[in-house]
Amino acid sequence: MSQPNAEQMANANHEPNKQPSKKPGPSNQKTKSRKKWITPKTVPYLFILPAVTFFLIFTVYPVISSLLLSFQTRAGSGYEFVGLDNYIRLFQDTLFYKALGNTFLILLIQVPIQLFLAVVIAVALNSQLVKMKSFFRIAFFMPAITALVASSIIFMIILDENYGLANYVLSLFGIEAIAWLSDPFWAKVALMAAITWRWTGYNMVIFLAGLQNIPGSLYEAAEMDGAGKVRQFFYITVPQLKPIFLFTFVLSTIGTLQLFDEPYILTQGGPNNATLTITLYLYQNGFRYFDFGYASAIAYVLVLIIGVLSWAQMKWAGEDK
Amino acid sequence: MNQQISPLKKTFLYAFLFIGVIISVFPFYWMFVGATNPSGEIFKVPPNFLPGNYGWENFKNLNENIGIIRVMGNSLFITLTFTAISAIVCTAAGYAFAKFQFKGRNAIFFMLLVAIMIPYHVTLIPLFEIFGSVGWLNTFQAVILPQVAYPFAIFLMRQNMQSIPDSLLEAARVDGAGEFHIFFRIVLPVMRPALAAVAIFLFMFQWNNFIWPLVVLQSQEMYTLPVALSSLVGMSRIDYGQVMMGTTLSTLPIMIFFLLLQKQFISGILGGSVKE
Repeated sequence: MSQPNAEQMANANHEPNKQPSKKPGPSNQKTKSRKKWITPKTVPYLFILPAVTFFLIFTVYPVISSLLLSFQTRAGSGYEFVGLDNYIRLFQDTLFYKALGNTFLILLIQVPIQLFLAVVIAVALNSQLVKMKSFFRIAFFMPAITALVASSIIFMIILDENYGLANYVLSLFGIEAIAWLSDPFWAKVALMAAITWRWTGYNMVIFLAGLQNIPGSLYEAAEMDGAGKVRQFFYITVPQLKPIFLFTFVLSTIGTLQLFDEPYILTQGGPNNATLTITLYLYQNGFRYFDFGYASAIAYVLVLIIGVLSWAQMKWAGEDK
Repeated sequence: MNQQISPLKKTFLYAFLFIGVIISVFPFYWMFVGATNPSGEIFKVPPNFLPGNYGWENFKNLNENIGIIRVMGNSLFITLTFTAISAIVCTAAGYAFAKFQFKGRNAIFFMLLVAIMIPYHVTLIPLFEIFGSVGWLNTFQAVILPQVAYPFAIFLMRQNMQSIPDSLLEAARVDGAGEFHIFFRIVLPVMRPALAAVAIFLFMFQWNNFIWPLVVLQSQEMYTLPVALSSLVGMSRIDYGQVMMGTTLSTLPIMIFFLLLQKQFISGILGGSVKE
């Protein structure tokens, strides 16, 4: 891409000199023919061409191919069309239901906790009482720069059942060691804790920006009307933040539905599939058992779920407008 | 407005924030303690809470074990190449969507918006087959290419490009500047802050990218940091000093970068959704 650019720039620079001379030299000829197809009409297509080419090959084609694959199964060296068999199998697969159930449980418990914490911290930080705002903002945002793999490993080590720091701290208070990663209940708690640690500060910064955009005059007016801080929070802050709530809620929902790195590192979906998620199950079927047709069916159920939820959330948001 | 704030309230507020800060930052400190001590130290009762001087040993062992120098080089090469290509591809597309009228513009842009919603896991299996069929499994280009046209980055660049006044572009055209000249010499310099945010976003995405490299990279000398770290944790005998050194090496460069450029970083990681 840099080649035509350099030439074009050169052309552009020489143009004013060349135009009046009208010499029919070869270089001028070249400029003319180039000029013919680089016009304000064609140039946008040139600008989107690389992106569209990559997008067609690496997104559109795979998305379609995956759909077709979900109706096929491996037979010998090739594939065989089996209709809805993969989907029928999926709806009878207790493990799939388990993955679905785990994912939605995390969605319903962890996402509200995380967004609640994020709002509370943002409101606290936005208070006029707090100095060193940028220090706090950096500190809270720090977890969001770590690789999910790295943050999961740190949690794995802190939550080690026999020697981890978490159980050591609990022992100081006389609390018995918790089997963080090998008990089905605590493994879910551990997973949610790791996710909450990683993402709360991220959401907090979004809320903080939203809070700073609320006009101060609203609060002043409420103050004059004698509304207390709590009432101001519920009658001004919450409604004003609604678009931000929606934005973070959609982001967190999509993220949780695709949860993979954390359970892969922390628990490998265990114990006894207590932390198996949809994408972990997809990965196992696709790249451990190489059952591409079945894995594609799982992927498409995920697409469907995300599509329906996104549509519902947007509809819910649109109703107020 | 502030006259009746009790000191108690203020103390409570600060206590709450400081507890939050400790929870946010402590794991980083713990990682550093683990990386600079022999494997057993953080698992003693009571644990060793201070950094040690075993870091170099851990690094050497880690390099012997998984070739961490090579792995970091792989990650750096893949991430930088990806960021450069993707930033230019997405910026060019964003410019066209923002500043030109053309047939099919809305339809193509709508397709990109829909793609933001589609989980990227759907594409894993066909991508694996595409790269398998051209013999590119276990290569860097297989990691770099699939996400180059990153719909969210295109979307962000388009949003930002809309602030460029049309009159500026028209004036350049009247002066006889070519379209590519306008893009590289006028549009890109004006867009530098947005470009930095999008580049940081893309860099972080690729540096931390896990599932696709995990699928497509099959030998240790090709691994990226996250994949190598996950292989380290999967080993039967885990040396935690090495593991913590590995996570430190994956986090430290980003952290330094973050502390230096925190404003651009925050808006970059948030995908430019928050204006600083």
